[in-house]
Amino acid sequence: MVVRPARALVMNAVAVLLTVATVAPLLWMVLVSFMPRGASSAFPPPLWPVRWTWENYHELLARREYDGVFFDYRIVPALLNSLFVAGVSTLLGLLLTVPAGYAFAKLRFRGRERLLQLLIASLVVPGQVAMLPLFLIFKELGLVNSYAGVILPSLAGIFAILFVRQATLSIPDEMLDAARLDGASEGRIFVSIVLPLLAPVTVTLALFMFLGSWNDFLWPLIVLADQHLYTLPVAVAAISREHAADGELMMAAAVVTTMPVLLLFLALQRYYMTGLLGGSVKG
Amino acid sequence: MTRGERTAWLFTAPVLAIILLVFVLPTLVALGLSVTDYSIYALADWSNLGFVGLGNFADLLATPLFWRALGNTALFAALGVPMAIGASLAAALLLHDATVRWKPAWRVLLFAPYVTSVVATAVVWRFVLNTRFGLLNYVLGGLGIAPVDWLGDPRASIPAILLFVTWKIFGYNMIVFTAALSAVPQDLMEAARLDGAGRWARFRHVTLPAIGPTLLLAAVMSVAGFLQLFAEPYVMTMGGPAQSTVTVLYFMFDEGFRWWNLGQASAVAFVLFVLILAVTIVQTRIGRRYEWL
Repeated sequence: MVVRPARALVMNAVAVLLTVATVAPLLWMVLVSFMPRGASSAFPPPLWPVRWTWENYHELLARREYDGVFFDYRIVPALLNSLFVAGVSTLLGLLLTVPAGYAFAKLRFRGRERLLQLLIASLVVPGQVAMLPLFLIFKELGLVNSYAGVILPSLAGIFAILFVRQATLSIPDEMLDAARLDGASEGRIFVSIVLPLLAPVTVTLALFMFLGSWNDFLWPLIVLADQHLYTLPVAVAAISREHAADGELMMAAAVVTTMPVLLLFLALQRYYMTGLLGGSVKG
Repeated sequence: MTRGERTAWLFTAPVLAIILLVFVLPTLVALGLSVTDYSIYALADWSNLGFVGLGNFADLLATPLFWRALGNTALFAALGVPMAIGASLAAALLLHDATVRWKPAWRVLLFAPYVTSVVATAVVWRFVLNTRFGLLNYVLGGLGIAPVDWLGDPRASIPAILLFVTWKIFGYNMIVFTAALSAVPQDLMEAARLDGAGRWARFRHVTLPAIGPTLLLAAVMSVAGFLQLFAEPYVMTMGGPAQSTVTVLYFMFDEGFRWWNLGQASAVAFVLFVLILAVTIVQTRIGRRYEWL
């Protein structure tokens, strides 16, 4: 094939332009968060801080005393809440869905096919239908306004079960049968043979779950009333309604919310991308 | 029960129980609630609950804001799905091109917005879209286009939110399409080239049929996604200006958790469910007709 240099140049230029345009808002978010108060409200919009400052982060994160009363934006507690909620729901989610996905792929039990069909069919029902009654049920169970109330719904990982099942199907039955003949228990087979083979898939799934929980907004907004329990998106949404005009402060809040998951994604992107691409694409 | 069967139930029962509690049961209750007048009074005392049959649905049809929300949501979906899928496909085709270098780097960066929180990036985009100081109007100004009041003008608010949503999500389907494109049979491509098929003809008759099923599935998911738009208008515009960005789900949230008309809100949820189901069925039918599925 003859590669025409002009075409190659155009295609690469377009790729660069598209990427710059996509990353620009995120980059600008970081830059503005380091600008002094009010500096971004200018025309033309400043693309680089004239003076780098931490004052927005200090204002956002530090606890200060006004007339003997302590005040802060509750971002640090929200950050810890988010870490806790996302961490626990990821761990429990994996614990619940990985064995289930394996069972649906490799273990025979009565009603398996029927259950599987039901799970697939239920993907069509939007989660919001269940949300209103779920709130009432949780209210009866005393789960409203608690960590458990936020975490529990995220554990119903139908998609995760199907995802693990799909990955498990490629493990040859002979391998498991051989272990059974050697007298290994079912639990032992799962832990010693299946889990190591599913490790990459599990990392992908863990990342999916963590990101999903970290970014979840509607349900925590509904179920959490106490500001001390707010997760980051809920806390940031609450501040943004009062401080819409404080560009630099809000950008700092956005940085605090997005950076942990962005860095996590960048660190583990190889797993994440392979999970999405199904291992079919290289470089 | 065999040993295998016992293990299977041990492995599946916990998660199935949770699904039953947080998904199946509430969905059934929702169906029940939608025919009651469940409101803040019933929230305090169940005896205030009354059966209204299809009354909630009739009320809904008589509520102008509901129709407005339906119209807005339809507009969001009708414009947003082609926009988002188009952007994803264009990016995937671009990164599939043999001449483009450093593909993994571009892929990761283009995907990055997808992993960010809607709330945080909506805050950022509110500033990008700012009429006087925003980046977008600055760039458009460089091209000779007068400043647009993106979030203040009812005619511009839907495009503005769509721009944000597309920016945020196109990376996901870009990756999905990349996987599909890499599975397009190369010998078929080569044969078409030898037969003198041009770039467009090869795309239309080789690439498109091969990625058709993936494209259709992405479209179905996107329609469902756009019909469930909520956080973006909630954070960026609060449904305004002039109710131009009130979506069905936003309306449901307002009815349910601001006014506590849970009966009415459940009816909204069901209308949304039926809508999504109907669109999915229609899309699948169309897909079958063109033999994409």
